[in-house]
Amino acid sequence: MRNFISERAQNIPPSGIRKFFDLALTMEDVISLGVGEPDFRTPWNICESSIYSIEQGVTSYTPNKGLPVLRETLSNYLKQHYCLPYNCDDEIIITSGVSEALDIAIRAIVDPGDEVLIAEPSYVSYAPCVTLAGGVPVPVECREADRFKLNPDALQEKITRKTKALMINFPNNPTGAVMNRKDLEAIADIIIDNDLLLISDEVYAELTYDGHHVAAGSVSDLWQRTITLNGFSKAYAMTGWRVGYLCAPKELCEAALKIHQYVMLCAPVMGQVGALEAIRSAEEDKNNMVQEYRLRRNMFVAGLNRIGLPTHVPEGAFYAFPSVKGTGLSDSEFAERLLTEHRVAVVPGSVFGAGGQSNLRCAYAVSRKHLTEALGRMESFLNGL
Amino acid sequence: MQEKDLELLRILEDNSRLSAKEIATLINLTPAEVEARVHALEASGVIRKYTTVINWELAGNGEVSSIIELKVNPERDYGYDRIAERLSRFRQVKTLRLMTGTYDLQLLVTGKNMQEVSRFVSEHVAPMDRIRETATHIIMKSYKENGNVLFEQQEAERLPYSF
Repeated sequence: MRNFISERAQNIPPSGIRKFFDLALTMEDVISLGVGEPDFRTPWNICESSIYSIEQGVTSYTPNKGLPVLRETLSNYLKQHYCLPYNCDDEIIITSGVSEALDIAIRAIVDPGDEVLIAEPSYVSYAPCVTLAGGVPVPVECREADRFKLNPDALQEKITRKTKALMINFPNNPTGAVMNRKDLEAIADIIIDNDLLLISDEVYAELTYDGHHVAAGSVSDLWQRTITLNGFSKAYAMTGWRVGYLCAPKELCEAALKIHQYVMLCAPVMGQVGALEAIRSAEEDKNNMVQEYRLRRNMFVAGLNRIGLPTHVPEGAFYAFPSVKGTGLSDSEFAERLLTEHRVAVVPGSVFGAGGQSNLRCAYAVSRKHLTEALGRMESFLNGL
Repeated sequence: MQEKDLELLRILEDNSRLSAKEIATLINLTPAEVEARVHALEASGVIRKYTTVINWELAGNGEVSSIIELKVNPERDYGYDRIAERLSRFRQVKTLRLMTGTYDLQLLVTGKNMQEVSRFVSEHVAPMDRIRETATHIIMKSYKENGNVLFEQQEAERLPYSF
């Protein structure tokens, strides 16, 4: 029999933490700081509205772009909160999570051989998505010395004649870094001068702790060359609902819609109904969760620094990204031994690409009690080194 | 009120047993600063008391709680205030509120058993001047108190790792 697996599929590297995953499943009493999702339940009014809609028989396809009322509500929300003027009729697509939005955005713009710059450390799917679309992912390293912000000089250096787009994600998974208006203006000039497109994944926008999130599309003249990705998973504790969205100027949005309608048809209607309720009336639930994350961040980051793992203060998302440079261990050794010897699960930073080799991603979306316990175990581990 | 004070109050409302040191790391203050702010909030009367949410049903002392609705004739110049202040002096009255709707005052009353509650209502509350009508509702089971769910909830399963 022939090998039926496509070269593309064969060439995608396997997940960097499969081994940890399998190991953790066999162990008892593991405190996992390895999870990239909120530990809260979805606010009940969101669940209730979705349940009610199912009872009413709302179980069919929606328009490809998503429920009109959801797009309209979302359009107003984005205008009010982020100064992003997307038209609800032809500049917003509701997707099955940001993961799908990312895929269709890339496929809508990448031709074979096109280079796509990725600000790394980054979410693990960016580079594979570019590869699957026939493009060439090119990492741009965000350094700890810059507090993991994207440095304009580092960006400029990686631009070639083949560069088509730049992908960023701030607040960042895994570093928690945030780009403020000034930071974004500094890279906007380079993007515009080199006629690049910007894909900005802002799924952690609402989880910004020291100020207000600045949408990349609202800075300078970036709007017409920006695809904004966002979703409901992180802000409203709705990871399993699979609802995200892609916003872009009309022509770009239409191109992405062509792909979306063939691969997904539409996002699940129950999720869309829940998402509508989230924007309409879960503001306070969201604020309460953000407030709790802020407290945990303050306490957890102070704790990491105290026990001897230097950690910059993450201004957004729910990840701390401590450095293990001083321990004499690599990030993977550290993560593996911490798991097997002290039963704390963290993700080695190298999984997230350039710039994360000496760090660990620790999600603080777990209770304060567990964070305190995890800090204690990490301290014993460090003391035993 | 300052943002830090509001944060402090929300933390204490959730768990008043946290030490000043623990609270300090949560909101980036020193323990001494936390203590000073707490003292100021106590002195100004914003913080009234530190208490505990107890599931008495589980503790099994058999106490009975009831909600009592009162229709009251208000007094010239004083409205409901004087009678409410008078009622609130009773140890048995845990909570007292003036309501909109079909009745005026709402009392939360606890007693060792039903007889005790009913005696309190019939001997002390109902005969008071200006009280026109009373309605007593015994609480059969409490599912949530002050934002705290009292029944067991299943914990959601999460994967050990996700990106």
